[in-house]
Amino acid sequence: MTEPLVLGIETSCDETGIGIVRGRTLLSNTIASSMDEHARYGGVVPEVAARAHLEALQPSIDAALAEAGVSLHDLDAVAVTSGPGLAGALMVGVGAAKGLAVSLDKPLYAVNHLVGHIAADILTPESEPLEYPTIALLVSGGHTSLLHVRDLTTDVEMLGETMDDAAGEAFDKVARLLSLPYPGGPEIDRAAADGDPDAIRFPRGLSRASDMAKHRYDFSFSGLKTAVARWVERCEAEGAPVPVADVAASFREAVVDVLVTKALAACADLGVPRLLLGGGVIANRRLREVALARAEAAGVTVRIPPLSLCTDNGAMIAALAAELVSSGRRPSTLAFGADSTLPVTEIQVAERVPVSS
Amino acid sequence: MILAVDTSLGTAVAIVGDDGARSEASTADPLGHAEVIGDLLHRVIDDANAAPITYVVAGMGPGPFTGLRIGIAAARAFALGREIPVVSVPSHFAPALHAIETDAVAGPFAIVTDARRREVAVTVFDGTDADGIPGIVADTVLVPRVELDSTLDGVRAIEVATLSAADLAVVGERALRAGRTLAGDEPLYMRHPDVSMPGAPKKVGL
Ligand SMILES: [Zn+2]
Repeated sequence: MTEPLVLGIETSCDETGIGIVRGRTLLSNTIASSMDEHARYGGVVPEVAARAHLEALQPSIDAALAEAGVSLHDLDAVAVTSGPGLAGALMVGVGAAKGLAVSLDKPLYAVNHLVGHIAADILTPESEPLEYPTIALLVSGGHTSLLHVRDLTTDVEMLGETMDDAAGEAFDKVARLLSLPYPGGPEIDRAAADGDPDAIRFPRGLSRASDMAKHRYDFSFSGLKTAVARWVERCEAEGAPVPVADVAASFREAVVDVLVTKALAACADLGVPRLLLGGGVIANRRLREVALARAEAAGVTVRIPPLSLCTDNGAMIAALAAELVSSGRRPSTLAFGADSTLPVTEIQVAERVPVSS
Repeated sequence: MILAVDTSLGTAVAIVGDDGARSEASTADPLGHAEVIGDLLHRVIDDANAAPITYVVAGMGPGPFTGLRIGIAAARAFALGREIPVVSVPSHFAPALHAIETDAVAGPFAIVTDARRREVAVTVFDGTDADGIPGIVADTVLVPRVELDSTLDGVRAIEVATLSAADLAVVGERALRAGRTLAGDEPLYMRHPDVSMPGAPKKVGL
């Protein structure tokens, strides 16, 4: 088979992503974000996101087709995120994907969002192909996950994930504590530029020796957020100005430290000298710097897809489906739904059972 | 042929041929729209003869938002795939047409559907107009269920838990023929997104 032409639909959070790929070649990565609508609420509001998806889908599909220079009839398959993510938001994409697949009479592949983040890496033809196994650290406003990827289409294991807030959420919440706007990531970064990352020693969640047995690869950011809140309140109670730059830098350092430490621990424990970073929080420069420096010292190679493919997007969903198609996987049935807690082991959802002759 | 899709109550899909022949597939389940919409679409397409579908009628609610959107998204994507237009129709028109033309209800009546949170969505109709479209006497409103009787003040209430997508298709067809627009692009949400503005951060205590 020639390289499959796939259109991917991603609506798990606040980005309506439509991607078109031919095999491992990116033809369009069209994203409509409702982030501005969420800004005044200080975080993603599921109902606002779902409404925005419905509005954005059709224009985004049109724009993606125009950019890719293909027509819907050229497609070999349609792909969609089945989960994990916000249920009501996912369902808009699932409904659209099914309508499109039935209309075109094309195969439909329902795939896992988190594995999609890993698949984003294969859309970088100028770099060497991704080697397996690899450890993957996915960090965004919706997830903080550490994965062991033995094979993109067949064998992905969840090593650990956040027990409470996602790292991106922690950035948003701490930004609010410091009276900085949403989204918090870039704001904290800006504020931290002149700050001293060692000024305040904020706690590293689930990093004590006693946590290592049960939560070696899990994350927790709510204690950190509370510690920042307490620190800010103490300043205010004492009538002292809050040293925003130092608080931001020290908070960011605590998040980055725990992310990188746990990811490199997984690399060492499992004997995997490769680390893939993904998710929107990878846009954080400090995270990338620390990860690259400490990985080099540990003899671990780091891969970071282009940032436009790190944030949620449809191209990664199309890329994963294209790999499924190329590896001979059957399409999904039409009977799947949205699964907000889809486990990472379910790389493809509802694969058709072969019809015995 | 017309394809109609509505997920304001259960999931209802139908094809109505130019000769009026109907092929319908539906489930009454008020949940699970995302799971069933593809198979239902596939079934009516398979059942229909080879005549091309010329447009898609989408039921725009009122109905619980999460389910309602699935049908609209599917209808629009289907239309995109076939390069055909979408005709938006408020969902209450379907049971209203059914009441008038199948059940021969005369005089004013209210279509009532559950809107959750102890509220119902109510639209009052009276007969069909010159275009054969049910005539609205009072626009759709949400009222607490306990106030339904006093709100209607004697007008007959027809409460429905399912509707026929074929009826919706007929209303869409009549609207298109008459050059009328019955609904905008926005679903009939009837409620604002359930959000509160963030206040000052909660104190955690020293
Ligand atoms: Zn994501």
